[in-house]
Amino acid sequence: MAGLTRNSPEVRARLPGERVVFGRSQPMPLDCGVALGPFTVAYRTYGRLNPDKSNAILVCHALTGDQFMADTHPITGKSGWWSNMVGPGLPLDTDRYFVFCANVLGGCMGTTGPSDPDPATGKPYGLNFPVVTIADMVRAQKLLIDHLGIDKLFCVIGGSMGGMQVLQWAATYPERVFAAVPIACAARHSAQNIAFHEVGRQAIMADPEWCGGDYLTQGRNPSRGLSVARMAAHITYLSEAALHRKFGRSLQDRSQLTYGFEADFQVESYLRHQGSTFVDRFDANAYLYITRAMDYFDLAAEHGGILANAFRGTPVRFCAVSFTGDWLFPTRESRLIVNALNAVAANVSFVEIESDAGHDAFLLDVPEFYRMLGGFLSGCAEHRGLDRG
Amino acid sequence: MIAPSTRVLDIGCGDGALLDYLVHFKQVDGRGMELSQAGVNACVAQGLSVIQGDADTDLANYPDHAFDYAVLSQTLQATHNPLAVLRQLTRIGRRAVISFPNFGHWRVRWHLGAMGRMPVTPTLPSSWYDTPNIHLCTIRDFFGLCRASDIAIERAIAIDAKGRARPIRSLQLANLLGEQGLFLLKGRN
Repeated sequence: MAGLTRNSPEVRARLPGERVVFGRSQPMPLDCGVALGPFTVAYRTYGRLNPDKSNAILVCHALTGDQFMADTHPITGKSGWWSNMVGPGLPLDTDRYFVFCANVLGGCMGTTGPSDPDPATGKPYGLNFPVVTIADMVRAQKLLIDHLGIDKLFCVIGGSMGGMQVLQWAATYPERVFAAVPIACAARHSAQNIAFHEVGRQAIMADPEWCGGDYLTQGRNPSRGLSVARMAAHITYLSEAALHRKFGRSLQDRSQLTYGFEADFQVESYLRHQGSTFVDRFDANAYLYITRAMDYFDLAAEHGGILANAFRGTPVRFCAVSFTGDWLFPTRESRLIVNALNAVAANVSFVEIESDAGHDAFLLDVPEFYRMLGGFLSGCAEHRGLDRG
Repeated sequence: MIAPSTRVLDIGCGDGALLDYLVHFKQVDGRGMELSQAGVNACVAQGLSVIQGDADTDLANYPDHAFDYAVLSQTLQATHNPLAVLRQLTRIGRRAVISFPNFGHWRVRWHLGAMGRMPVTPTLPSSWYDTPNIHLCTIRDFFGLCRASDIAIERAIAIDAKGRARPIRSLQLANLLGEQGLFLLKGRN
């Protein structure tokens, strides 16, 4: 499959990995009041489910991630976003655990989203796709584990938006989760983060090619708007230290300033590259819907304004992780989660990992993070009675 | 002092040695809190449930009687407000287990009396300028504090220089010969 160059409905229909259709006879109710069905969930699995189905780890991907976490990406040809984390002998050891990841509801890598055909009209949903929430994404994942016959997940783990799903899982289905690892996330999306998302959405909607969200039927693509959205977002994933170390004020392929608006600086060129490669694998409307889902996320609000109420009496073993250089989801956000868990005497670990890489640190090879995560999972496996692989 | 299969919070758990022992040999449901991030990360990497936190500020987050035992081993003397921490411990734990270096030990007294310098002993190994200990006390002082603050002492033990633990019968003797004091306090209600 490698070599597919463009994320289009035709390409998506041929993506590798498993897929399953839900909501055929009974549509799934969404938070927005609409019932969705039928819809497809595309997922990828690594390792083997043991006979009593007790070794399953669900990985929840971030905003622009997807289910191809540990193998070659069918569109970009690059290795998966967690290839360093998932595999034999790695922290998410596929000799020991059955690890799987599903594309989120509203996404564009096989799970139904705004670019897929609306069964009612046969045309792409566009803005007729219902607004989905983090809880809706988790509902779809829950249908998937029911389908796989997994009574209780050994662990739910994820960073950023994936971390929000982890918290939602633990709050909504505590009896279906043994351990939960929310990484570099928050129990609610902050005003500053909503603001950044709004910049991205406005960039997309300001692109004349967006056509009020109807670009697919009109054979167009708001790639410039989507690219700008990605550029703005990408800055929030890095830190000043990381940007400075990588680029500083170095010039790109030239010895002096052009006194114009070419990409004089390496950092400009880098962002343009990030933007242009992103549009090859991502759908603009999916970006609108998924950022909206993150913005709406507020777990405390769902529980009378008190976050601790989301976890009262929880049997789940938690391990919250933050990174020192992350200013998008800073350590204080993880600490609020930990305080809420302490307030109900939950079993919780909390580590802050030293890294100046910014929010993206959870995608990078940070040895202390890996050691800690492997240790946490082994400790949980011991309590769960999972045999060493 | 800690019954098996109970819920234990070890505050200031360091590298997790005590917690690991309790979890694996006494099957306790053990959690830890530690100030140093390096200590926390080491504990979690071993599979222990530990959070980074400060005994002076973060104990307030826990509900009443969340644990059967709240343990504070060799940490009381490093807290900013020992009495407030003791009250938190006896609130969070049905029982609290406290140990601290006894500043009334004869060697400490001798060091200060004869040398005129701040004591450096096996239980107080740091020099005055780089010690984390800011509220040192004697076994007698601790008894006095508990009495004045209405904190019930269920068991009191003095540990001598050879590591022998003896129930405290004579306060005067224990205060002179104990290198460490070890107490089991009863939680309020």
